[in-house]
Amino acid sequence: MTVLALVDGNNFYVSCERMFRPDLLGRPVVVLSNNDGCAIARSNEAKDLGIKMGAPWFQIRHMEESAGLVALSANFELYGDMSDRMMTFASALGHHQEIYSIDECFLDLGGIPGDLVLRSHKIRSRILRATKIPTCVGIGPTKTLAKLANHIAKTAERKPGSYPSHLAQVCHLGAISDPERRSLLQATEVGEVWGVGRRIGAQLQEAGIRTVWDLAQMNPSVARQRWSVVLEKTVRELQGTPCFTFEDQPPPKQQIACTRSFGHPVTDLVELQEAITAFACRAAEKLRQQDGHAGVVMVFIRTSPFRQQDAQYSGYRLFKLLEPTSDSAKITQGALAVLQTIYKPGFNYAKAGVMLMELSPASQHQFSLDLGPEPDESRGRLMTAMDALNKRFGKGTLALGTAGVANAPKQWAMKQGRRTPRYTTRWDELLTVKC
Amino acid sequence: MHANVLSIAKSTTDLSKVSYYPGAIPAGFPSPAEDFVVEQLDLEAELTKHPRATYYVRLVGDSLRELGVVDGTLAVVDCLQRPKSGHVVIARIDADFTCKVLQIRNGQMKLKAANPTYPDIVPKEGQTVEIIGVVTALIRKLPV
Repeated sequence: MTVLALVDGNNFYVSCERMFRPDLLGRPVVVLSNNDGCAIARSNEAKDLGIKMGAPWFQIRHMEESAGLVALSANFELYGDMSDRMMTFASALGHHQEIYSIDECFLDLGGIPGDLVLRSHKIRSRILRATKIPTCVGIGPTKTLAKLANHIAKTAERKPGSYPSHLAQVCHLGAISDPERRSLLQATEVGEVWGVGRRIGAQLQEAGIRTVWDLAQMNPSVARQRWSVVLEKTVRELQGTPCFTFEDQPPPKQQIACTRSFGHPVTDLVELQEAITAFACRAAEKLRQQDGHAGVVMVFIRTSPFRQQDAQYSGYRLFKLLEPTSDSAKITQGALAVLQTIYKPGFNYAKAGVMLMELSPASQHQFSLDLGPEPDESRGRLMTAMDALNKRFGKGTLALGTAGVANAPKQWAMKQGRRTPRYTTRWDELLTVKC
Repeated sequence: MHANVLSIAKSTTDLSKVSYYPGAIPAGFPSPAEDFVVEQLDLEAELTKHPRATYYVRLVGDSLRELGVVDGTLAVVDCLQRPKSGHVVIARIDADFTCKVLQIRNGQMKLKAANPTYPDIVPKEGQTVEIIGVVTALIRKLPV
């Protein structure tokens, strides 16, 4: 039987900040997106103040005074590096690490002997010592169940009494009795299931399917007929049959990640370029499906820690797009530029990936031209559109666009005002310690 | 007959560290030098055992004067190294970091300066002291 683990960093961005800012421990902290000033990460204390994910800054700003709330601008360069560190130590838990988002990865624990709960606790404390990032580990026979186990591990820790306390931090659904598993599933709302969004969750509630247990009892073919193929897969996964592949699994909430382990070690730059191009295009496609724009492209390549005989290297870097976009060509261009700077010849690369971050709805942007799925065709359409506009309105039309672009860096600099130093990637921004 | 041999060390090594056999080796029969490849020195690997658990910080202040620390000295901090008595450590005391020499005697922890004008720091009641990492090297750049 398959055994999968999901390792997930708690309040990841806030935890990265706290590593270097101990004064933030125990205080309500939010990290704001650069684009629209929304809370994209919250400390537990901020959650306890009732601050919701995505809450606009202007709505919560008064808590700076009233509750000592600290708001920081997103420091993606720091988060990217801390993510790479966390993933490096998490990869020792099992095989075939699949980085799902900046703070989550799946691992295959198949064939690993011994007590998996104990092993997970050890890896967890190693990650904590190395990065100060608290993590939770969920283990189950499918990705959906591993995700659910992770949710239980997290909630059991954060809200004592919600679930049995021995499941805090690490929850292995395969290591508990049937009645206990049943009561866990019955105690969890259906909306918490991976890929079941608010809309489907509400529909299920209406149909009398309130808990995860209820959903797990559903006939998969009914799920397909009344809802979708995706929900059918979800039901099967809850019943213990792996269905989601890397390609069709539900996307992460705040980033889009496209990463994969290679079937064989790759050393050649051209081959990596092909892979990165494919990942970047796929990520851009996913981005357009959810009608979003990305502001930052992150690329990483790494060797396999399981090939002890190999020299080890892991490289990553972020690319800040001039303006948020979902254009495959622009995203790929950025990703390839990054690859060029992180690629070192002579290593056996086992894994690579592209992540899109700083996501925002396309509708929020001034330049929300729908560039469609085909970059070449859309370029053509873009050119046609521009030509037509120029013809009709003259020079000024183009100037409008340029003005916006020219303003972009200024605006960006302004919105970075609350950003902490890039402690781990810039020599001139290192942490200073008094002695 | 001799040949200068350029060896690309297996396929596992960084090509920026392409290695040469030191000197010429005779062609045609096995050489005892065959398995011996010279690598460039990797400073980070020398200074820490756990590169991805290692952070660099700048030190400011004169409490570690006897260790040669001046303002701006770079400390290499390994967070996976187990702290032992005598190690130079980065410690968190409530909301502040400090860098001191760790001393553990009879289960009692002290943070000592390397400068006689500074008193020892003994954790007080209600104070949180956490050892964040062990300083495995101090790097002081000289004016050039």
